[in-house]
Amino acid sequence: MAQNIWVFCEQRDGEIQSVALELLGVAKELATKTGEKVGAILLGHKIKDKAQDLIAYGADEVHVVDDKELACFLTEPYAQATAQLAKQYQPSVILFGATSIGRDLAPRLSARLKTGLTADCTKLENDENGNLFMTRPAFGGNLFATIICPDHRPQMSTVRPGVMKKCEPDYNRKGEVVEEKIEWDKSKFGVTVIEEIKNDDSCDIDGKIEDAKILVSCGRGVKDVAPAKELACKVKGAVAASRALVDVGVMDHSRQVGQTGKTVRPQAYLAFGISGAIQHLAGMEESEFIVAVNTDKSAPIFKVANLGIVADAAAVIKNLNKLL
Amino acid sequence: MKIIVCVKQVPNTTEIKIDPVTNTLKRDGVPSIINPDDKTAIDVALQLKEKHGAQVCVLSMGPAQAENALREALAMGADEAYLLTDRAFAGSDTLATSTIIAAAIKKLGADVVLCGRQAIDGDTAQVGPQIAEHLGVPQITYAAAIDYDEESQALIVKRQFEDRVQTLQVKGKCLITVLSTLCKPRYMNVWDIVNQDEKEVGKITFADIEVNPADIGLKGSPTKVKSTATKQFDKTIETLELDAESAAKAIVDALKQRHLI
Repeated sequence: MAQNIWVFCEQRDGEIQSVALELLGVAKELATKTGEKVGAILLGHKIKDKAQDLIAYGADEVHVVDDKELACFLTEPYAQATAQLAKQYQPSVILFGATSIGRDLAPRLSARLKTGLTADCTKLENDENGNLFMTRPAFGGNLFATIICPDHRPQMSTVRPGVMKKCEPDYNRKGEVVEEKIEWDKSKFGVTVIEEIKNDDSCDIDGKIEDAKILVSCGRGVKDVAPAKELACKVKGAVAASRALVDVGVMDHSRQVGQTGKTVRPQAYLAFGISGAIQHLAGMEESEFIVAVNTDKSAPIFKVANLGIVADAAAVIKNLNKLL
Repeated sequence: MKIIVCVKQVPNTTEIKIDPVTNTLKRDGVPSIINPDDKTAIDVALQLKEKHGAQVCVLSMGPAQAENALREALAMGADEAYLLTDRAFAGSDTLATSTIIAAAIKKLGADVVLCGRQAIDGDTAQVGPQIAEHLGVPQITYAAAIDYDEESQALIVKRQFEDRVQTLQVKGKCLITVLSTLCKPRYMNVWDIVNQDEKEVGKITFADIEVNPADIGLKGSPTKVKSTATKQFDKTIETLELDAESAAKAIVDALKQRHLI
């Protein structure tokens, strides 16, 4: 019978990804309810020594495949390794991070194992019999659906990064590390890597605000923009401003976000001391992730923020520069 | 080269509203569109056709009205269109859906299958890789650029990750899912709008494909919806009151989790 809760522990360049540790945290909660063990799958090349970290964060057993075929992420070798282990050990659950790796590998694997998969879960619960209740947003977050996979094992899900809580690491925790060997079918690999380039991390704070991945944007609540520029450099982003700072001449018009400025859609928009007049919101509300820091709790910017913090913007910028 | 582009007709989710009384989605009057990532995939296929020569076939599974999406694809310049429709398909989850679509692709025959990365109504990004597995062909997801190298007869694909880009080479049959940022899809052109009227949208039903009835529809779907709710517990995190130091930490954590720093 299928048992144990498994976590696919994603690593990149040998670094365990935060989402893997978060999943070990939730796996531990689920396993406590059913009396199962938490299993971690660790795939990569020269990554063996990371197994202890996974135990510290909640794994009872770590299945390690250390093989040069797994040095770069490619779907087929990763799918072959995971499928072989899943068939051999029959876990009842396998969790993946909903990253560009997890969302590539998990569906391939679900079809190979002929089982169900639920994408982008934001909540996981189970009952004593080990049935998993997987809750996910649908229709752009307008609706939440709880999905079950009653008759197939393993139950599989990808889980959004940043939603689950990690455990406090305990390096005295005992666990088992099992080194696994995979029987490769290289005829199925099909895809070869010509090159792999990490994103350009150069600092260009005066680059076009429409092209920046991260925008550090300042409003009336920020008196001195020099620390904001320092922050923009540290996060490899660019600086932008609301109309208030442009009107007083602190920032150039080319940096203005909003109806009379530019419309931006960065991966992260950090709004410091910006109240969020409707004209400003029109220029940035499509950003993928919005952080707002403002002393006024009722500022409209908080209505569009994914992370809203009531605090003094200048002081937060100062602390960010210290941290980074 | 024969390219099959898988497209889905979706409600324009930006216009969906929740009925405050029944707590259900108000779909009435919400316009249907070709899923944006899929529309880009159509354009990519047409570009490959223009540069290297190819036959472009679009395939959609859905109700009869999905023919509108296929007609739009024909008006963009696709050569053929097929609607995969049958009552037996209703209630399929991603695995059952991929089983049906893969069976149709096997019937039609394809060298390259292009899909959008994900559909805006479900956001699962699962059906593409699941089709690839059923077809037994390599997959490349999150494609940010696709080109064909005639000399090596291989597709060269830039594969986007949060923190890096891989340049990958694939020879022979494959399935690629594309990001809508790859290119801006072309408009329908007048000539093709006129011509598409003359073209047939082929119908493919359960009887036309080789699938086990136990693997499709509601009963062939491993996942079931247990309940739905409109409670929004993660869309916007509530506004936190923090001291400057904790605030900075929370911001750094959030950016790290998203691989942004």
